[in-house]
Amino acid sequence: MRLEYTGLSGLNGSLVVLEGVSGVGYDELAELTMYNGTRRYGRVILLEGDRAVLQVFEGTRGVSLENTRTHFTGRPMDIPLSKEMLGRVFDGAGRPIDGLGELYPDERRDINGSAINPVSRQYPRSCIYTGVSAIDGCATLIRGQKLPIFSGAGMAHNELAAQMVRQARVAGDDGEFAIVFAAMGVKHDVAEFFRRNFEEAGALQRVVMFLNLASDPILERILTPRCALTAAEYLAFTHGYHVLVVMTDMTSYCEAVREFSSSKGEIPSRKGFPAYLYSDLASLYERAGMIAGRPGSVTQVPILTMPNDDITHPIPDLTGYITEGQIVLDRGMDQSGVYPPVNILSSLSRLMKDGIGEGFTREDHPAVSNQLFASYSKVQDARSLASVIGEEELSPLDKRYLTFGRAFEQYFVRQGQQEDRSLEQTLDLGWTLLSILPRGELDRVSDQELEAHYREGAFEALAAEGPGV
Amino acid sequence: MAEDQIYSVNGPVVKVRGGRGLAMMDMVHVGPEALIGEVVGVEDGLTTVQVYEDTAGLAPGQPVRGTGAPMSLLLGPGLLGNIFDGIGRPLRALEGASGPFLGRGINLPTLDGTRRWETTLAVKQGDEVAPGDLYAQCQETAAIVHRCLVPAGVKGTVTKVAPPGAYAVEDVLVEVTDQRGGVTQLGLAARCPIRGARPIRRRLPITQPLVTGQRIIDTLFPIGKGGAAAIPGPFGAGKTMTQHQLAKWSDADIIVYLGCGERGNEMTQALEEFSELKDPRSGLPLMNRTVLIANTSNMPVAAREASVYTGMTIAEYYRDMGYHVALMADSTSRWAEALREISGRLEEMPAEEGFPAYLASRLAEFYERAGYVQTLEGREGSVTVIGAVSPQGGDFSEPVTQNTKRFIRCFWALDRTLAYARHFPSIHWMNSYSEYAGELRGWYREHISPEFDKCRQRIANLLREESQLMEIVKLIGADILPEDQKLTMEIARVIRLGFLQQNAYHPVDTYVPLSKQLRMMQVILRLYDGVKAAVDQAVPLSQFTATGVFDQLVRMKYELPNDDLSGFDRYEREIDAALAKVNAANS
Repeated sequence: MRLEYTGLSGLNGSLVVLEGVSGVGYDELAELTMYNGTRRYGRVILLEGDRAVLQVFEGTRGVSLENTRTHFTGRPMDIPLSKEMLGRVFDGAGRPIDGLGELYPDERRDINGSAINPVSRQYPRSCIYTGVSAIDGCATLIRGQKLPIFSGAGMAHNELAAQMVRQARVAGDDGEFAIVFAAMGVKHDVAEFFRRNFEEAGALQRVVMFLNLASDPILERILTPRCALTAAEYLAFTHGYHVLVVMTDMTSYCEAVREFSSSKGEIPSRKGFPAYLYSDLASLYERAGMIAGRPGSVTQVPILTMPNDDITHPIPDLTGYITEGQIVLDRGMDQSGVYPPVNILSSLSRLMKDGIGEGFTREDHPAVSNQLFASYSKVQDARSLASVIGEEELSPLDKRYLTFGRAFEQYFVRQGQQEDRSLEQTLDLGWTLLSILPRGELDRVSDQELEAHYREGAFEALAAEGPGV
Repeated sequence: MAEDQIYSVNGPVVKVRGGRGLAMMDMVHVGPEALIGEVVGVEDGLTTVQVYEDTAGLAPGQPVRGTGAPMSLLLGPGLLGNIFDGIGRPLRALEGASGPFLGRGINLPTLDGTRRWETTLAVKQGDEVAPGDLYAQCQETAAIVHRCLVPAGVKGTVTKVAPPGAYAVEDVLVEVTDQRGGVTQLGLAARCPIRGARPIRRRLPITQPLVTGQRIIDTLFPIGKGGAAAIPGPFGAGKTMTQHQLAKWSDADIIVYLGCGERGNEMTQALEEFSELKDPRSGLPLMNRTVLIANTSNMPVAAREASVYTGMTIAEYYRDMGYHVALMADSTSRWAEALREISGRLEEMPAEEGFPAYLASRLAEFYERAGYVQTLEGREGSVTVIGAVSPQGGDFSEPVTQNTKRFIRCFWALDRTLAYARHFPSIHWMNSYSEYAGELRGWYREHISPEFDKCRQRIANLLREESQLMEIVKLIGADILPEDQKLTMEIARVIRLGFLQQNAYHPVDTYVPLSKQLRMMQVILRLYDGVKAAVDQAVPLSQFTATGVFDQLVRMKYELPNDDLSGFDRYEREIDAALAKVNAANS
C-alpha cells in the first residue's frame, strides 16, 4: 500500500517540515506530488520524534502547506545504472534530459557511495600522457589520481581540460576508457564547449554527461558530482572501464553547499562555509582510485575557479589538502599570452614520484623535472632582483637565468591547443632548455645524465628556428 | 528495563529517549544494525550519542543498547603489522566481510581470535600480583616480545594458572582473586578504555634523542624520546612525506602511524612501502614494528575524532611493556576539524574560527600523553608524538597551529617556498625550533662526539648569517658583498644543498647515521675555516670556487657510503691540497 502524508506543517526556504510521520529513516528519499500532479523529490535531513525535515531538490516555489502529498520511498537517494549510460545526457539529479527516454537499469545505487577500504586500494602507478609538456614533464597525471586544475575566472582551464581529455592515453595499454562529465553551475556555453570537444574527438559515445547549469536548482547541484561519481564507479569497478571524471566548477558546488547550509541555520566557519566542507569535499575526491584485483580505475580532474585568484581561499585550500596535487593556472602567464598558463612552481602531482622514471616513463624523467623546478625557482629570485636593480646590473649568471626563464615559458610551457607532444619531445625539450645554464648549475642531475643529455649550444639551434626570446 | 529508543537523527548525532542507564562516554550500539556510538551528552530524558558510522536509514523508535563500558579497545598480540580503522576494527578482516567498499554495522573484534600464540607464564599459583606485574609473555614478532601485564585495578592472589602452550587471545591464562573474593580472568588480551592516559609509575626526564637519520632534524632540531613535536605546513610542503620518513627510519621500537582524515592512497602506499622496506637495525620488514590506523577523510567523521585516542592508547600499551614508541599523527588538524564539525552538530557555542572552546584542552590532553616514563612494572619506556598540522591557507596564526605550539617543544615548520624549489625536507631552518637540544647535549657528547654540539652551533650560526645577508642581496645583488661575506653565502649554499637537503628516494641518502652527519659537518667547516683564513689574507674567493671543492661537498652525501666513513679523510686531504695549491699560487 502506498502511504502518503497530505499537507505540510512548515516551510522554510527549500526545507519542508512534516509532523506525525513514523517509520521514516534518516537520509531517505521522499516524493512530493504537487497539486497539479507534477512530482518533486526531497531527502530527509533531520528527524526528531514524529517530525521530519525534508530538503526539496527542485525548491519550494508554488508549494503551500496544503497542496502537496508526500510519500516516503523507504530507500536513500539512488540512481539507475547501466552500461547504456555511455553517450547519454542527464540532469544534475541523474534524470535523462536528452529525450532518449528512461534508462533501463541493471541496478540502482545509493549516490553517496561508500568509502574504499584503504587495504583494498591499489596504489596508482601508471602514467597518463596528456601530450601537454607542463603536465607530463612536471606534474604527471597518474591513473587513479585526483588532480584538480586551480584556475581563475577568464583563464583557459576549460581548454586545458578538454585538451587533456582529448589527448589522454596510457602507453602500452588497451583498456577501454570512458569519460564522465559533471557540470555544476556552469554556463550553457561551457557545457556546450565540452560537448563539442568530445564530439570532435569522436568520443561522444564514451561520454556520460551530468548537467546542472548555472540556472538549475542549487540543491541538485549538490547531487550532481555524487551522481557522476556513482556512474564512474559503476563503469570502472563493475565494467572495467578506465574512467576520467571531469568536474567543473567545484567553486559553484561549494557555494551551493554554503547556501544550503545557511538556509538550514548551521553555524558557519571560514567565509561562511560550513564546518563540514572538508569532509564533504573528501567524500567526493576520495572516490578516485583503483581497487586491487579489478581492472578499472577512476581518475578525477576537478576544475575550480579560485575566487579573486586567491589560493588560500577555503575552496582551493581544502581541495589541495585532499587531492593528490594541483595544476595551478597563473594570471600573469595568461596575460602574457602563454597557453596553457600553468604556474609550474605551485603545481604538483603527488603520485608522480612513483609513476615516472625507470620502468615507467624514461629514466631521466625525475631528474629533468626536478632540475627544471629548481632552476625555474632561481629564475624567480633573479627576476625579483632585476626588478630592484635593473636587468643590466645583474651578474652574467643571473642574466642566464632570466634567459632560461623566458625560454622555459615560451618553449616548454607554451604549446598549441591541438599540439600533442610525446614524452620524449617534452623531456628532450627540457634538456635543450637546461643547456642555457652552465653545467655546474645543474645540481639535481647526475654526471651520467649530464653526459647523456646535456649538449651545449642546443638551445641556440632551437631558438634560431623558433620565435626567440 | 524498557529499551532506550532513538528520538532524533541529525548527521552523526543521535538523541536517545530514555537512556537513564547510559553514562557519559559509554559505548552504545545504535539501531537494528548495531552501529557503534559513544554517549557525549546526558540530559534528563534525552541522551546525545555520536555515531561512528554513516547514520543513513536510522529512524526514531529504533532501539539503542548500552554496553555499560566506556569506549575501549581490545589490546593484545597481533596489533603489530596490522591496519585498523579509527575505532580499532581490522581493515583486512573488514575487506573479507564487506568487499573493497566499507560496509556498515560490521562489528569485528580488533584481534584475530583464531591465531594462537606460543605463551610462557610468569606467575605461579599463590603469587601476589598488582597492576603492572608481568604474568605472561609471547613472541609477537621476531623482534618484539609481547608482555602481558596485570591491568589497572586488578590486585590479589593468583588462584589459577594455565600451563605454557599456544593460546588464542580469548583464552583465560590466569585467574586473580582479590581480598573480597572477586575473581578476574586474564588472557593474552585485555580491554582498555581509550580516552584516558594509562597509568605509569612516574615520569622521567628526557635525555635520549629519537634518532631519525634525517640530518636537519638530528642536528639542528632534535627531538627526544618521549618528546612532542609538530610539523605544520601548507599543502604540498611535504608533511606526509616527512612523517613517512620518520616512521621508516626513527630508532623507536614500535611505530604507530595514524592517518587521520587524510588520503586513502597514502595509507595504501604506507602499507606497501613498510611491508617492502627493511628496518636497518633488525633487518626485518618495517611493517613488523608498525601499527597503522587509517581513518581516511571520507570515512565517518566521528571515528576520525576517536582515531587519535585509539592510536595513543596502542602506543601507551606498548610503552608499558618497556618499549620506545613513536606515534605519527597525520594530521591533527583533521582531528580538530572533526571536533569542530561535531561541536557544530551539538549546537555548542563556537570560539575562534568556529572551533569549540575546548580545542586547546583537548590538544593539551593529547600531547601530554607523550613522555619518557618508568612503567608500573619498573621498566623504562616512552611515547614520542609527532603531529602534522595542516593550517588553513598555510597561515600559522590559525587556532590549531597556535594552540598546538603551546603543548609541543619541537616545531618543524615546513615552508612553501622551499617546497616550490624542491628543497626537501622543506623544514625551514629559520622558523623551526627545538627546546630539546639543550637536554640532549649530554647524550650527543657521550655517544657521538663532544664535537657534535660545537659543529651544530657553527652550522646554525652560518645559516643565520646567510639569512641576514640575503636581505641585502635581495636589494643590491651579491656582487658587491665583501669577500668574507661572499664566503658565508657560498658555504651556506653548501650547507643548504649538501647537508640540509636530503633525498628520500636515494638509497644512501634516505637515512644517514649520526656519525656520518658529524663527519659531513666537520668537512664543511674545515673547508670554511681554510678558505676563511685565506680570504682574510686577501685571496679572492673565486680562486677557491674555481677548484670545484665547494661543488664536490654538495655531492658528497651521495658519494660516500653510510657504513664506511674513511672517504671523509680523503675529502679532507683533497680540501687541504686544493687550499694549499691556491695559497701557494698567491704567496
